[in-house]
Amino acid sequence: MNFWFSEHHTDNVKMSIKIEKHLFSETSDFQRIDVFDSLEFGKFVTSNGSVIFSEKDEFTYDEMIVHVPMAVHPCVKKVLVIGGGDGGVARELSYYEEIEQIDVVEPDKLFVDVCQKYFPDNACGLQDSRVNIYYEDGLKFLRSKTDEYDLIINDCTDPLGHAAGLFTKEFYGSCYKALHDDGIMVYQHGSPFFDEDEETCRAMHRKAYRSFPISRVYQAHIPTCPSGYWLFGFASKKYHPLKDLDAKKWNDRNIKTWYYTTNLHNGAFMLPRYVEDLLIEEEN
Amino acid sequence: MNLDKQKNAPIYTALQQFRRKRVVPFDVPGHKRGRGNPELVELLGERCVGIDVNSMKPLDNLCHPVSVIKEAEELAADAFGASHSFLMVGGTTSSVQAMILSACKAGDKIILPRNVHKSAINALVLCGAIPVYIDPKVDKNLGIPLGMEIEDLKEAMNKHPDAVAILVNNPTYYGICSDLKSLVKIAHEHNMLVLVDEAHGTHFYFSENLPCSAMEAGADMAAVSMHKSGGSLTQSSLLLLGENVNASYVEQIINLTQTTSGSYLLMSSLDISRRNLALRGKESFEKVARMAQYAREEINAIGGYYAYGAELINGNSIYDFDVTKLAVYTRDIGLAGIEVYDLLRDEYDIQIEFGDISNILAYISIGDRIQDIERLVGALADIKRLYSKPKKNIFMAEYISPTVVATPQQAFYGEKISLPIKETEGKICGEFVMCYPPGIPILSPGEVITKQIIDYIEFAKEKGCSMQGPESEDISRLNVLKEDF
Repeated sequence: MNFWFSEHHTDNVKMSIKIEKHLFSETSDFQRIDVFDSLEFGKFVTSNGSVIFSEKDEFTYDEMIVHVPMAVHPCVKKVLVIGGGDGGVARELSYYEEIEQIDVVEPDKLFVDVCQKYFPDNACGLQDSRVNIYYEDGLKFLRSKTDEYDLIINDCTDPLGHAAGLFTKEFYGSCYKALHDDGIMVYQHGSPFFDEDEETCRAMHRKAYRSFPISRVYQAHIPTCPSGYWLFGFASKKYHPLKDLDAKKWNDRNIKTWYYTTNLHNGAFMLPRYVEDLLIEEEN
Repeated sequence: MNLDKQKNAPIYTALQQFRRKRVVPFDVPGHKRGRGNPELVELLGERCVGIDVNSMKPLDNLCHPVSVIKEAEELAADAFGASHSFLMVGGTTSSVQAMILSACKAGDKIILPRNVHKSAINALVLCGAIPVYIDPKVDKNLGIPLGMEIEDLKEAMNKHPDAVAILVNNPTYYGICSDLKSLVKIAHEHNMLVLVDEAHGTHFYFSENLPCSAMEAGADMAAVSMHKSGGSLTQSSLLLLGENVNASYVEQIINLTQTTSGSYLLMSSLDISRRNLALRGKESFEKVARMAQYAREEINAIGGYYAYGAELINGNSIYDFDVTKLAVYTRDIGLAGIEVYDLLRDEYDIQIEFGDISNILAYISIGDRIQDIERLVGALADIKRLYSKPKKNIFMAEYISPTVVATPQQAFYGEKISLPIKETEGKICGEFVMCYPPGIPILSPGEVITKQIIDYIEFAKEKGCSMQGPESEDISRLNVLKEDF
């Protein structure tokens, strides 16, 4: 049998994964969710036909969005995760003892249920006693929050889908308001490689740069993302992602990772010329 | 309404059958299903240009419908509770003008609210009728014009018992409704026709929880913007007739100005939208009302904004309120509605319907999703956080009763000269002078310029009112008629 999943990365480029089995398909109020099993990537979950994560490469993403800010901020007690219903981000956060509270806001309960069933290694993160799950719209949840969090992680990946509201000026503004005076926000910054993704990537930096005093971008290699290349945004009220990195403190924690290291932390902020150029253009 | 029949969409079905026949076109339009204009096909798509066709036997003719267009009009009449309906392809402007041209001839009087849409005044220019204006009451806090009061109509009728018709805006842009049933009753007692500009009220016909519609109130004609809340394409509209109106006369009137090449894109969109409304309108508009209500509650919870609703109802000038409308008073955060409107578009990528001096209006419809409402609310909260200023009081223009001496037609065609405003006393105005807020004309073409009006314009200018209309932007001069009447 020749059974392939394909996702268009542009009108002219598609990524295909050979499928062993189609495990799940259902449509919620927000999205169509499918789960597949594959030889190369293990199980993976899609939203409206776009890969959200796979067993094989989710570690990159979850580690990079959690450990980068955690190695910079000296004392994170309260974290807000927007999206993140799979639990991978909460799992990485659970390695830090000083964290007292992890609020996960995920509008789509079906997504959480699906991940619990098919991705128990991620979903275990939501079992931590410090985690509270809210099935709500992220923007709505943030509206009533002022000066509450040390760290906000926007774990939503698709700026054009149902979570479009989480890539807007009002979202960055609400995050700024919800953070303490030394708070950090990290978010998915998309992929700058293909022409049709470039404008979204630019717009995100434009908005974050104008909402926070410090706004830097870092990168990672994630094979199931468009062009396999992915950016993250680091927006902060006080701490600089490189100058305030405390590598020794982080390494003393002995957290087991597969992607993140404090060496890579420094390297991740060193961007290719074309990316640096387009970010600088948006800053001016 | 016959729900079984409403499942049909005769124009839509005829177009589908026509497409399958693959008829070779040796008629207009010259793009020939798009083959002659590939860029247009790329923009609009093959299906769209493929049904941009001319009138022909299987597709009927809008100028004098006998088959599928006639059926579609009958179905629309049934869906809206009208005796007859016309599919209109010149926007609701064409519906409003057809109502007025059908009701009035040169020299006839028609009673109108002072803030009537310019399409109605333009119809008076065409037919030579004489306007009799009623002062729309104004909400002094919100700065918005309200509905027509019964007492004001009675007074106008007593002064002008020879008027042939009244025109009512119902609902207003802001969702304010008049006591339509009582207005109709009084007008009919005086043998006057009731015309309703129902541009913002298509949805009233499809929900029991919304204000009374024009046909239900017994009005004689109503202009319904299907492309607003009804979901059809821009520029498509419906004209509804009650039982006392001669449909074939109205058809003649429509054909005076209507195109002889009615667009099948527009007509099919009316046909399909009418079917959707008849079959699913009730649940759709209940959802819209719920979303608008949710948005009102969330916006009011931000503080500093007032998203108003049914609590405004006062039994007269606000007889009822359209809860699907989301209008928000913004002056308590120190920003004009137009400033919030610009910020939403420029900074937050959100386009709303309009902003005036004190309010914004976001149009909520069957195409909205709750996550988009969250964006709007989130953006308003962020605007308050980043841009709010100390509150400034604003000056509200007052109503000055106009003296109409020339018809809009005489004023339009009459020769005009420009004079410094101070020298215009006693002259007849040749242009509009609108004052915002609340956007009600101080002068219209054909009205006497009095000392009181000149003083008032100077005073309102000093107070910071926004004046619009005249050719001279600072209103230092006015165009007046050379001739006296």
